[in-house]
Amino acid sequence: MATTLTTPTAAASSRDNSVNPSAVEMEARVRRARHRRHVLVLTLRIAILVVVLGAWEITTRLGWVDPFFFAMPSGIAEQIWSWITEGTSQGPLWEQILVTLEETMLGFLIGGVGGVIAGVILGRNKLLADIFSIYIKIANSVPRVVLGSVFIIALGLGMASKVALAVVMVFFVVFANAFQGVREADRAMIANAQILGASPLQITRHVVLPSAMSWILASLHVSFGFALVGAVVGEFLGAKKGMGLLIATAQGSFNANGVFAAMIILAVLALVVEFIITRIENRLVKWRPQPLNETH
Amino acid sequence: MATASSSGSSPAIELIDVTRRFVTPSGAMLTALRDFNMTVARGEFACVVGPTGCGKSTTLNLVTGLAPASAGQVRVMGQLVDGINRDIGFVFQTDALFPWRNVLDNVAAGPLFRGTAKKQAYAKARDWLARVGLAKFEGHYPHQLSGGMRKRVALAQTFINEPKILLMDEPFSALDVQTRTAMQDELLQLWSGSGASVVFVTHDLEEAVALADKVYVLTAGPATVKTVHDITLPRPRIMSEIRYEAEFIDACKRIWDDLREEVQLGQQRQLQQAS
Repeated sequence: MATTLTTPTAAASSRDNSVNPSAVEMEARVRRARHRRHVLVLTLRIAILVVVLGAWEITTRLGWVDPFFFAMPSGIAEQIWSWITEGTSQGPLWEQILVTLEETMLGFLIGGVGGVIAGVILGRNKLLADIFSIYIKIANSVPRVVLGSVFIIALGLGMASKVALAVVMVFFVVFANAFQGVREADRAMIANAQILGASPLQITRHVVLPSAMSWILASLHVSFGFALVGAVVGEFLGAKKGMGLLIATAQGSFNANGVFAAMIILAVLALVVEFIITRIENRLVKWRPQPLNETH
Repeated sequence: MATASSSGSSPAIELIDVTRRFVTPSGAMLTALRDFNMTVARGEFACVVGPTGCGKSTTLNLVTGLAPASAGQVRVMGQLVDGINRDIGFVFQTDALFPWRNVLDNVAAGPLFRGTAKKQAYAKARDWLARVGLAKFEGHYPHQLSGGMRKRVALAQTFINEPKILLMDEPFSALDVQTRTAMQDELLQLWSGSGASVVFVTHDLEEAVALADKVYVLTAGPATVKTVHDITLPRPRIMSEIRYEAEFIDACKRIWDDLREEVQLGQQRQLQQAS
C-alpha cells in the first residue's frame, strides 16, 4: 500500500520538473498561433468586404449593372452623408432613427415582459396551459404582419400602431421560450427547494425563473430583430415619421440608393442593440460554465 | 402541536402496510411498493438495499410527502404525513444544487426560504461551510467545483436546516470510490452530532453495511421488505478500515445471500419486459 502511494507522486513531481520549462514554451507557442489566426481571420474578413463592395462599384460604373435598380456603394454613402448633413425629406435623420428605435424598444419591452409573465404562469399551471394552448397556437399561426393593417385602422398613424405590431411580433417568441424553459426546469431541483422550505412563489422566483433564464435570453436576441421588423413594417403601412417611412419614400421615387442606405442604418442599429443585449446576458448568466477555448 | 407530547416516544418514521401504486403515462397501473413495513427509531441509521428499479426511492418519497401512499399509513414522529414536513432533509442522487447561486447562497437557501433574517442565515451558512471544509469556496459556483465538493455543499445545504429526519437517495453513487469513502466518513461525522434518524437508499451493499444500524433488503418490484439485518459494528466507524473487519465481511456475505436471488429475479424481469 505504502509503495503504491509514494511512487505515483514521486513520478509526477519528477515529470513536472522536466516538463515545466517546455510547458511555458508550449503556452507561448499556442498563444502566438492564436494571435496569428486572429489576424488572419480579420484580414480575410476585410478582404471579402473590399472585394464585394469593389466589384459592386466597378460593375455599376462600367454599366454592366444598372445603378438605377441596384444602387452603388458610393451612391449609398453619398445618400447617408446627405441625410446626415442636410436631413431627409421628413426632417432630420436622427429624428427618424429615434422614432423607429423608440417604437422598437417599447414593443420589445412590452412584448418581452408580457411573454415572460404569460410563459411562467402557463408553464407553472397545467390547467391554464391546457386551456390556452389551442388559442395561442391559433394566434401564432396568423401571419402577424397582417395585423399591422388592423392596428393602423384602430390606433391611427402615430406611434401606438407600430408599438402594437412590434409587441405581437415579440410576444409569441418570448412566450414560447419562457414556457418551454419553465417546463424544462429540473424536477430534482424543484423538489430540493420544496424540501428546503420554499413556498410555490419562492420556487417560481428562485428556481423556475432562473432556470428558464437561458431560454428567455436566447429568445431576446431573435425577438429584438422581430420588434424592429414590426416597427419598420408598421411605418411602411402608414406613418408620419421613421425609418420605414424613409424606405417607403425612397421606394416611391425609385431611389435605390435611399433604400439601401436606410437598410444599412437599420442593420447598424440592430447590431448595436444586439451587442448591448449580449453584454446584459453575460452579466445575468455569469454562473454558467465558460466554454473552453479551442486550441487550434 | 397538541399531539407533540403524545408523540414524544414514538419512532421517527413508521411505514405500516404501505402500498404505493401509480398510473404510468401510457395508462397502465404500476405497483411500486406492496405491504411495506418499516420502523426507524430516533437517532437510528437505516439503509435500504434492493435490486435496481425495485422502488427503493419510492420509500423516501412517501416519507417526504411528495408522493402519497395508496394504502396504509406513513407516520413521521408519530404523526400522519400530509405534505412536506419541516423536520425532513433530503439529499438527492443527482445534483440538485442551484447552479445560478454561489456556494454560500446555496447553503443559505433553506434558512432564507424559511424566513430567517439574511444576516443570520449567512452566518449560519458560513458556519456549515466551514464544517464541511469549504470555507474558502463560498464565492464559487457549483460548476467550478468537483463532484465531491458539490456533495459537500449539498450536505451543508441539508444539515443547515437541522433536520430530525435525513433521507438520502443514493447520494454518493456518482462519485469515484476514493471520494465516496471520504464522503461516507464526512456524513457519519456530521450525523453523529445531529441525533437525526436516517434512511439511506443505496445499491451498494458494502456502503449500507458500513454506514447502517439496520439494513433493509427489499424484494424485486413491487418492493416489500424481505429481511432486516442488524449491524452491530461499534461506532465511530472509519470507512477505510471497517471493510477489513471480520464482522463487516460476515454481514456483507449474509445480506448478499438474501439480495442475490432478488437481483437475479429483477434482471430476468427486465429482460422479459424488453423482449
